[in-house]
Parts: sequence; structure tokens; C-alpha cells
Amino acid sequence: MTAGIVHIAALLRKDILLEIRQQYTFYGILLYVASTIFVLYLAMGQPESAVWNGLFWMIQLFICVNAVAKSFLQESSGRMLYYYSIAGARDYILSKLIFNAGLMILMSITSLILFRLLMGDPLQHPWKFLGTVCLGGCSLSLVFTFLSAIAARARQNAAMIAILGFPLIIPQILLLMRISNDAFSDVIQGGFLLMSLVLVGLDILVITLAVILFPFLWKD
Amino acid sequence: MRWWKILAIALLLYTYIGGLLITVPDVGNLQHTIRNAFFHIPMWTTQFIALSISLVYSIKYLRTPKIANDIYAVEYSKTGIVFGLLGLVTGMEWANFTWGAAWSNDPKQLGVAVALLIYLAYFVLRNSMTDIDKRARISAVYNIFAFFIYIPMILILPRMVESLHPGGKGVEGNPGFNGDDLNTAMKWVIRPAYIGWALLGIWITTLRLRLHLYTEKTQTAV
Repeated sequence: MTAGIVHIAALLRKDILLEIRQQYTFYGILLYVASTIFVLYLAMGQPESAVWNGLFWMIQLFICVNAVAKSFLQESSGRMLYYYSIAGARDYILSKLIFNAGLMILMSITSLILFRLLMGDPLQHPWKFLGTVCLGGCSLSLVFTFLSAIAARARQNAAMIAILGFPLIIPQILLLMRISNDAFSDVIQGGFLLMSLVLVGLDILVITLAVILFPFLWKD
Repeated sequence: MRWWKILAIALLLYTYIGGLLITVPDVGNLQHTIRNAFFHIPMWTTQFIALSISLVYSIKYLRTPKIANDIYAVEYSKTGIVFGLLGLVTGMEWANFTWGAAWSNDPKQLGVAVALLIYLAYFVLRNSMTDIDKRARISAVYNIFAFFIYIPMILILPRMVESLHPGGKGVEGNPGFNGDDLNTAMKWVIRPAYIGWALLGIWITTLRLRLHLYTEKTQTAV
């Protein structure tokens, strides 16, 4: 168990180091976030809260596909073999899940700031929404990380991730939109905690499935 | 001919004759369209059974990587898609008369649309790979992953969106019927209908499987 944690930490450190040394990918995604929201601002101006909410989560979906897509595509098969010999599949997928969740939370917060700057600010409970955004970014990244592993093994690009992932992300997106509706009105709606718990439950399900299934993807 | 194939024919004949001849209860604006229940609802159960069998064979493939398991998984998911489409068509036709529109964002309609998208993506993923073993393994992984996400989805969707189906949320003014509206005669037709359609689905799949396995065999022999 402790060996596993050490392995995961080492793999995480490697991913973060790579990110710091090759900063163009990080800034690339950041620029993607900024330019998407800017184009959206030019197209929509400052929409009302329901539209704002819908647009925000749809943009999160596309950001997630792009941010997470490269996590497996950048690894060559030789390097995968090397990780396999030193760490094992479970540690590897867990480190990727944690790393991408962190990356996506960062991107979600960035896009939240940009949304509030450009698209108007209909939020009544910004802190509540911030919490939802962190949870949501995390949930989206978990599903898409595993799907990017599948797409990478099939030697496919980000388009394949979208095809595989969009039908599967529907429960999370619907739950997220419903939860975040709470942050737009003064009236407290019931079920906020329950729906958040369902979302966390879904995340645990995804992690479990990823840990069980990834070793089969890995083998060649 | 195996006994269960004869049973399938007998049950479906019974469903058609019984379903079209028995006296049905008069519920709301359904009138005689209520007879569609014998043909529409079993499509869903058959779809679900076929997709579950597909899941079982995908798990089997990961445990013992035999190519036959993969072929079973594919053919059962194809049958699942066909029955899903049939269920969609019969349901939309029915909804057109009773709910006033073919599509009304009902959670069950959304559920089947998502299922079709998932399994069509499964075929796209399969066809993107040429290596047989790799294709079998990766698509098995996707099949299992997708199925276990799909189950919570069909549990969550009805609680998020209002339903016109019987037993759904927001049933006020629902022109549909619920389980209590089925009289005894209808129950005696619909229960065998479930089994009959499911057996037909499995029968169709076994035929396709024989063809698929045969072509596989002849192609590798050459």
C-alpha cells in the first residue's frame, strides 16, 4: 500500500515536472479556454442565468476533452512499457486520474473567472458555485481520462474521445446543471446535498471501473 | 429445432392473436392503442437482455481471451441496437397518438437515445482498429465501462426530467396507464410476450452468430 502511494507520488511528480518543462501545452489549453470564452462573449454578449449555466458547462466539456486528451496520447509505447515495469497499471492510472483532476479543476476555475469577467455575473452564491465547479471539473476529468486511455490505445485522436465520451457524460452534466442552478437563485432548492452525493458516488464508480479495467487496456 | 425456438413461435403467435383479440380496458385517451403495450414494452426488455448478455461476454473475453467471446459480445449488442430502434419506433408512433408528439424529452426516450449513441460509438471504436485481438480487448473494456455508467444514468434521468410514462415523476395529467390499469387478461398476454420477444431476440442473434463464426472460420482457413 505504501509502495503504491510512493509510486503514485513519483508518477505525479513526473507529470507535473513534464508540464513545467514543456509549458507550451499548459499555456495552449489556457489560451484555448480564453479564446473560446472570448468568442462566446462576442457571439452571445451577456446572457441570462439559465443560458449562462448551460454555456458554462458545455464549455467545460470541450475544455476537458482538450485538456485531458494529451495525457495518454503523448506517451509512446516504449515509455508505457517502462512505466509498466516500474510501477504497474493501477498506480499509473491513479496518478493520471489525480493529475488530470487537478489540471481540470485549475482550468475550470480559470474559465469561471473569465466567465464572470466577460459574460456577466448572474451568480447569487459564488462560493457555492465555486465548489460545484471544482467537483464538476473533477467528475468530467475522471470520465474523460479513462476514455482518453481507450482512445490512445486505439491510436485515435481527441475526436474519438468526444464520440465515446459525450453519451457517457450525460448523467454528470445533468446533475451538475441541476446542482449549479442553486447558485443562481435566492430561493434555496431542496436536494442540493443529495445530488452532490450522487455525483460523488458516480465519481467513485468511475474510479473503481478505471482501476479494474485499465490493466486490460495496458497489456499488449 | 430446439424446444425454446418452438416456444418462441408459440408465445409470439399467442401474443399476436391474444393481443389483438382480447377486450382491453378503456383508459383515458388510449383506447385501442393500449394493445401496443404487448409489442412496445417487450422491445425494451429484449434490448436490455441482449445488452446484458453482450456485457457478460465482454467480461468473459477479458477473463479468457477467446475471439468467439468477442464475436458473441458484438452480435448481442447489435441485436440490442435493433430492438432499441424498434422500441423507439413503436414508442414514437404510440406517443404521436396519445401524447400529441413523437418526441417529448421523456426520460425513457432520452435513455434509449443515449444507449443508441453509446453502442454506435462502440462500433465506431471497433472499426477504427484492424488488429483483431487489440480490437476485441479495447472494445470489451469500453463495453463494460459504458454499461456500468449507463445503469446509474437510467436511474438518474427519470429523477431529473419529467416523465409521461406510467409511474414517472410529474404524472399529473398523464394520459398513460400504470400497472394497475392492466387487467388480468392483459397481464396474461404481456407476461408471455416478454419471454417470447426475448427468445426471438436470442434466436436472431444465434443465427447471426453462426454466420459470423462461419465466415471467421473460412477466412482464417484461406
